[in-house]
Amino acid sequence: MNIEFVLNGRKVSAAIDADDSLYKVLRGLGMHSVKCGCETTNCGLCTVHLDGKAVLSCSVPAARCADREVTTLEGMQEEAKRLGACLAGEGAEQCGFCAPGLMMNVFALAKENPHATEAEIDAFLAGNLCRCSGYVSQRRAVQKYLEQICGEVRA
Amino acid sequence: MAKYRNYIVAQSLEEAYALNAKKSAVIVAGNMWLRMCGLNKQTAIDLSALGLDKIEETEDAFVIGSMATLRQMETHAALNAAFGGVFRDALVPIVGTQFRNTATVGGSVYSRFGFSDVSALLLALNAQVMLHARGAVKLSDYQQEAWDRDIITHIRIPKEQRAAVQSVRLSATDIPVLVCAASLSEEGLRLVLGARPARAQIVADRLAPDCGVETFEEIAGRTAFGSNLRASEAYRRKIAPVLMLRAARACREVTQE
Amino acid sequence: MSEKRSGRVIGGVGAPVPKKDAPALLTGKPVYVADIAPRDCLCVKLMHSPHAHAMIEEIDVSRAQKLPGVACVLTYRDVPGTRFTQAGQTYPEFSPYDRLILDRHLRCVGDPVAIVAAETEKQALAAIRLIKVKYQILPAILDAREAMDNETLIHPEESWRALVPSCGADNRRNLVAAGEDAHGDVEAELAACDIVIDREYTTRANQQCMMETFRAFTRIDTYGRLEVVSSTQVPFHVRRILATALEMPKSRVRVVKPRIGGGFGAKQTAVCEQYPAIVTVKTGRPAMIVYTREESMTLSSPRHAMRMHVRLGAMKDGTIRAIDLHTLSNTGAYGEHGPTTVGLSGHKSIPLYTHNMKAFRFAWHTVYTNTMSAGAYRGYGATQGLFAVESAVNELAHALHMDPAALREKNIVREGEAMPAYYGETAQSCAIDRCIARAKEMIGWAEKYPCRTLDNGHIRAVGMALAMQGSGISGVDTGAVMIRLGDDGIYNMSIGATDMGTGCDTILAQMAAQSLECPVDNITVHGVDTDTSPYDCGSYASSTTYVTGMAVVKTCEELRKKIIRVGAQLMGCREEEALFEGSCVKKADESASVTLAEIANAHMTANAEDISACVSNGSPVSPPPFMCGCAEIDLDPLTGEVRLVDYAGVVDCGTVINPNLAKRQTEGGLLQGIGMTLTECPTIDPLGRTVSNSFLQYKIPARVDAPSIRVAFEPSYEPTGPFGAKSIGECVINTPAPAIADAVYNASGVRVRDLPITAEKILLGEQEA
Repeated sequence: MNIEFVLNGRKVSAAIDADDSLYKVLRGLGMHSVKCGCETTNCGLCTVHLDGKAVLSCSVPAARCADREVTTLEGMQEEAKRLGACLAGEGAEQCGFCAPGLMMNVFALAKENPHATEAEIDAFLAGNLCRCSGYVSQRRAVQKYLEQICGEVRA
Repeated sequence: MAKYRNYIVAQSLEEAYALNAKKSAVIVAGNMWLRMCGLNKQTAIDLSALGLDKIEETEDAFVIGSMATLRQMETHAALNAAFGGVFRDALVPIVGTQFRNTATVGGSVYSRFGFSDVSALLLALNAQVMLHARGAVKLSDYQQEAWDRDIITHIRIPKEQRAAVQSVRLSATDIPVLVCAASLSEEGLRLVLGARPARAQIVADRLAPDCGVETFEEIAGRTAFGSNLRASEAYRRKIAPVLMLRAARACREVTQE
Repeated sequence: MSEKRSGRVIGGVGAPVPKKDAPALLTGKPVYVADIAPRDCLCVKLMHSPHAHAMIEEIDVSRAQKLPGVACVLTYRDVPGTRFTQAGQTYPEFSPYDRLILDRHLRCVGDPVAIVAAETEKQALAAIRLIKVKYQILPAILDAREAMDNETLIHPEESWRALVPSCGADNRRNLVAAGEDAHGDVEAELAACDIVIDREYTTRANQQCMMETFRAFTRIDTYGRLEVVSSTQVPFHVRRILATALEMPKSRVRVVKPRIGGGFGAKQTAVCEQYPAIVTVKTGRPAMIVYTREESMTLSSPRHAMRMHVRLGAMKDGTIRAIDLHTLSNTGAYGEHGPTTVGLSGHKSIPLYTHNMKAFRFAWHTVYTNTMSAGAYRGYGATQGLFAVESAVNELAHALHMDPAALREKNIVREGEAMPAYYGETAQSCAIDRCIARAKEMIGWAEKYPCRTLDNGHIRAVGMALAMQGSGISGVDTGAVMIRLGDDGIYNMSIGATDMGTGCDTILAQMAAQSLECPVDNITVHGVDTDTSPYDCGSYASSTTYVTGMAVVKTCEELRKKIIRVGAQLMGCREEEALFEGSCVKKADESASVTLAEIANAHMTANAEDISACVSNGSPVSPPPFMCGCAEIDLDPLTGEVRLVDYAGVVDCGTVINPNLAKRQTEGGLLQGIGMTLTECPTIDPLGRTVSNSFLQYKIPARVDAPSIRVAFEPSYEPTGPFGAKSIGECVINTPAPAIADAVYNASGVRVRDLPITAEKILLGEQEA
């Protein structure tokens, strides 16, 4: 079957199988930032935004995305650079494989709760696993990023 | 990996019901667990275009569409206000926000997974399952039934009760080793144990709100527990009274938000 | 040898420089294996054995081969007959040559039965379902204690081969290694001790769980050679392994390592490369294998499960006089890293207590069983051994009613002491005493030891452990570095060491910047390519900063001499009169100078002298980094649940080259250790099937599980290391298990000696008096 949807602000069409996941379709469309780390919805690596909400693209049926808006890190490059600078400043990315999924969820957090406390940051991002960093540097980086964007909002 | 040949976004409940009458069809709700169970079906039926994702408040109940997500319930101000934040408490440990953004209440209730925090809580809250063909069924009955081909449209949760949830987990975002949901209404205290690891069940009803630990030990003594990867039957039996006691106490202490 | 240049350099040694690849990684650029694979790669899938021990009696692939899209279906009949090991170790490997790419004899659940390559994943999976196999089921050995001299042999084959017979391997006894190392009369010393702690401890086959699963793609390159792009820590070893397995000349194989999504030792084993490689050899087509998470959890290279029997002898005053350790290690179905990991369980635990020790004995056996083959996981046996020895030391402290910190302070190895249990090496740099003092201060040991009860009935308690590791494998590990001077004075640095997210590309560039007195941005780095990178055994055994780092220092020395020579020529003076100053070469009397750019550009103009250098380094010693870890836990005494409240880790890794990256290594390693201790429970069922086969059933810590991990450094100066540095990557995983186990004991009176420590073991465990 064929579906059309809006990918990173541009209308695209894709030939899909009925049982394809959004993850598979996005990789096929060259969205290489989207990674797969498990098959059991536990790792958060495949996080993208569907109509502005963070979802696990591995468990979203591609067919359900017809006429909806999908955003990947490729579509948020300016924000990626800002958050990326915060993460890199802490050395918090390490291998980097979990970073795109984490960052997409941080963007969702920034939208929902930009004044999040440490505990709220951890709770919101709990579904993003990372095996390298030990997480504490990621929390600091996310705090810095949220402070930056809140500062901007106030200004 | 689940496999199917056709994916149909149903345009009406009648259409979905007719399609689902065949054994070769399957309803896709949140698609969180479904895709892991290795199904091989002809047709997947999608309910997402039917407006079943709303949470509505009536005078005496909350009516939650079967396609409402766990995250909607967790963040719904009125729902949490009415039940002292128990939906937030019970749902936040489930995997992560992204998971809860697509996992649905209908999917949780239909699947009747033993480890379901959602089922345990809804059982304690005396929820009703609204089925397209059969109409309203008590969740406590539905929970015991085999999987059928009817379609859950809504879950109805009566107001005028308080609830609390206690669980033990091996790690913070894991499924529970044991979960206890308690509710307190005019009729008294009701206790549900889930992740026994079998399906959640009501283990006591109409108890005195302030019953003591002996009661909980007696209940644990006659409840069936089992062993799995996460814990043994003996451990579950030993912590069950502790969780019941704590859930009952938390229920009494709940203040409406 | 290590000339310490003190000049201030932008991004030099000691600076928290962001990783050079950070911008690409943090904008989601296609830099990992699967991102850069050709689109027309065949999808390679494996059919796995459902049995723990079986022989293939019949296999029929005819229906599978006929399925549309299927390019090839390979069975044991289609593969070369030369046995090899997947272990990425320097030749001749200690690991026995006991594998074929596909074998009739299946030795564990998951062992590959067939390789299928098809145009799409769906076609490949469909083809597997059409393969008909008849198995002869054999008795399986699942318990390591039953393996040695069992009548069932896991490797009865004549072609089994141990390249290093001294490690005691004997396939007729299911043995991969056996041996003993001793000093002094341990029995006499134990007999003379006032107290002997005699205990057994066990650890499980933990999974590394790097976020990127095993994967590689292969293709035939322009020159008709096999090109392998792999997520590996050991590209040069992979070249040798594939050439052996495929019976090809090594000149016909090229291995490329792009960015990789974590390794932690898992990718020190060539777990998957041979499967796409043989498909490409057979079909001429590009082919890629991407392990599912389930495959990565069931057919990979986890930690060796070990059973350790410790006898620790001491006097009433706490003087530790003797340690006797026996380790039984389970290598699983194949011998990867079996002979080597077991050695670390003693050699990197016993030496901690050198100071008063009169005698030690360390004996070991590594056995085959019908379980998944083990491999290399961060800590590499030291983690297991330290859980045992450090737990025993804590038990000794309790038996003597001594503070475990004071007991350690009395017995720990001091700087300058020779360590008989560490190959006789001397601890030339050792700040372990300062690590203990600092960790105590950070956790609040004086106020918190052993425990206190909170108002809610929960109990807070603390526990402590020490750790050591090595820095590279002495006398074996080798790393070479090549640096070339280019246009306008840029430097291109080539290394064969493999950055797996650790940041070694950046760290080595910082060392080069320091040595060449230039900003770190002036040093370019890239991934590894066995065709163009200088030889490096790879990134494992905590070797890169220490071994390859020293190669950077040596290479820069050579390069400076060459730059001075050309500069002197341009200035018309003698070399002895010229000084290198980073951006220029000048005469010592300041009468003339020539810029680095002028030198670089001049040497590219009709010049006979090439300004590049390539120097290799190996080390006769492996100086240990040291560490002290303190855990504070919160125990719910009614459910047995343990929550880690705080963890303080203090490391002596010599000079800290990049504080940000060293801290991340430490925090990450600690959390892996915490996971191993509390949440990760590798489990097989009675049929040998791994049931902890996903991130649902094998719980690595999420960020809400350990919200506070705090790290500090107590640097020493290692005279044999680059800029005084030692290693850090592995040492940091070793303290959590014994530290948390003791905190749990302090809170509950229950001593858990088999990992993981679960609420159930605590609640149902027997309290000790």
